[in-house]
Amino acid sequence: MFVNGVTLQNRGLPDSHRLSVYAGTGGYDALRRVLLDSMAPDQIISEIKKSALRGRGGAGFPTGLKWSFMPKGVTGTKYLLCNADEGEPGTCKDRDIMRYEPHRLIEGMIIGAYAMGARTGYIFIRGEFVEPIHIVEAALEEAYAKGYLGQNILGTDFSFDLYVHRGAGAYICGEETALMEALEGKKGQPRFKPPFPASYGLYGQPTTINNVETFASVPSIIAKSGEWFLNLGKPNNGGTKIFSVTGHVQRPGNYEVPMGTPFKELLEMAGGLRPGRQLKAVIPGGTSTPMVGGEAMMAVAMDYDSIAKSGSALGAGSVIVIDDSVCIVRVVERIARFYMHESCGQCTPCREGMGWLWRVMHRLENGQGREEDLQLLLDVGSRIEGRTICALADGGVAPVVSSVRLFREEYEYHIRHKRCLVDGGAV
Amino acid sequence: MLSEKSLAEIARERAKYPADQARSVLLAALRIAQEEQGYLSDAVMEYIAGLLGIPAIQVYEAATFYSMYDLQPVGRHKLCVCGSVSCFLNGSDAVLQHLSERLGVSPGETTADGLFTLQEVECLGACKDAPMLQVGDHYYENLTQESLDALLAKLRGESDDVR
Repeated sequence: MFVNGVTLQNRGLPDSHRLSVYAGTGGYDALRRVLLDSMAPDQIISEIKKSALRGRGGAGFPTGLKWSFMPKGVTGTKYLLCNADEGEPGTCKDRDIMRYEPHRLIEGMIIGAYAMGARTGYIFIRGEFVEPIHIVEAALEEAYAKGYLGQNILGTDFSFDLYVHRGAGAYICGEETALMEALEGKKGQPRFKPPFPASYGLYGQPTTINNVETFASVPSIIAKSGEWFLNLGKPNNGGTKIFSVTGHVQRPGNYEVPMGTPFKELLEMAGGLRPGRQLKAVIPGGTSTPMVGGEAMMAVAMDYDSIAKSGSALGAGSVIVIDDSVCIVRVVERIARFYMHESCGQCTPCREGMGWLWRVMHRLENGQGREEDLQLLLDVGSRIEGRTICALADGGVAPVVSSVRLFREEYEYHIRHKRCLVDGGAV
Repeated sequence: MLSEKSLAEIARERAKYPADQARSVLLAALRIAQEEQGYLSDAVMEYIAGLLGIPAIQVYEAATFYSMYDLQPVGRHKLCVCGSVSCFLNGSDAVLQHLSERLGVSPGETTADGLFTLQEVECLGACKDAPMLQVGDHYYENLTQESLDALLAKLRGESDDVR
């Protein structure tokens, strides 16, 4: 199997974050080819389209198509942003790309800027990621020193400046328009769309924003062709994808594998379950995606379309493995707390609803649940979904509703016996 | 109100953004001010508003929205224990309880000597190395009771050096 071969291919090398190491493995060759062999911007976008690369931040939008939305011939600055505000529980891949492969991200952004005519870029890194921030800033300095960034890159007419912007602690800034608000120094509250960023983005200018892993996939696609990348995965699900496998596995970690890899194999790579444990449930794409029962998950392949068929979503590839040692009500109560804490407060159904869901989950977990609570959770959920500006609230509803449907008997046990089915202990 | 060093750092950050977008440097200015003063007082927030030429309300809005800003004094070391799902599945409650017992404070409180503030926070993006916590610029991962005790001893030692 083709493992850790694209965005994490240098992770095992000493000083893989240094430009010299990256260049020694073919780094910045794709950029040279693009600029010095005069690859046309349209050709680049067409290659990205062929690769079937889809946004790795969670939404899975086709990257080449997104790039083609950027208007041509506009006056004023066009911006290119990188979303490095990684914060969806279970997701820890962008941090490793930035720590081990910062130049791959930077090269991908420079190629993207050239393809879309962007003059300025920002990498928005969550403020808590101090170590990755320092590594990326040092890598930017190296890239400037080598003439890969700044005025007249490699002696051509193309100029591009790239900076790090630090977040200050807010999950919502991973939503692309909230991120732009935060870059403008405001509260990170999502904007109503349309207008979309390609027409009205940062400072009201045309803007494209992609995730770290998306950009980091670009140099290999340009170097080896869109077809090469596509064929690593499967149609409509091109390439490889990093899966952050966490929770109840023996070797949690980031595993970059071809799209379509069976979950079963991914679980084995992550060391499998602890001895004597059974697989209870899996959250395949980060906590905003619906839970899948353990048995059903063992038959699922890890790509956008296959996971969608199982009733969930690939999301950011954040695979949270839950074994039979833990009470599902406790797990979901903890997840619900996250969304209550992170709601930006702009839309009433989310601001109030995330708190309602957590409070009902909290009383269920603490032996104060009522018979009508399960229906209440489903009702509240259905009144939140689709009624907010951004997807945060839908993401908060998903784990609650999916777990009530999958583990109803465990919830009912909680209500009747005032304690967990699993631990057997009193609350 | 702020040192020359902090002002120079804010000026460096300011240069990243277009000339007419002073507000973009606000998050950085608040961070730099907090690093110097320990927390964001009303006085320093008003000072930053004047420095950037923006209304004070815009500074308060940002300072109260983002979780990394402290509007009250905190301990010298803020222990931020991640309690989100992957850490929870790997024993973050026990981490929090252990620290709570060792320090004699509950989450949200500061020790009497002003050395430590204990906090439970949401996902810090290090899920594969759960359980984990953040102190200042550093992540401490795959925590055990032993490594927590060693960390506390180390942080206490550093504080003695400073004094």
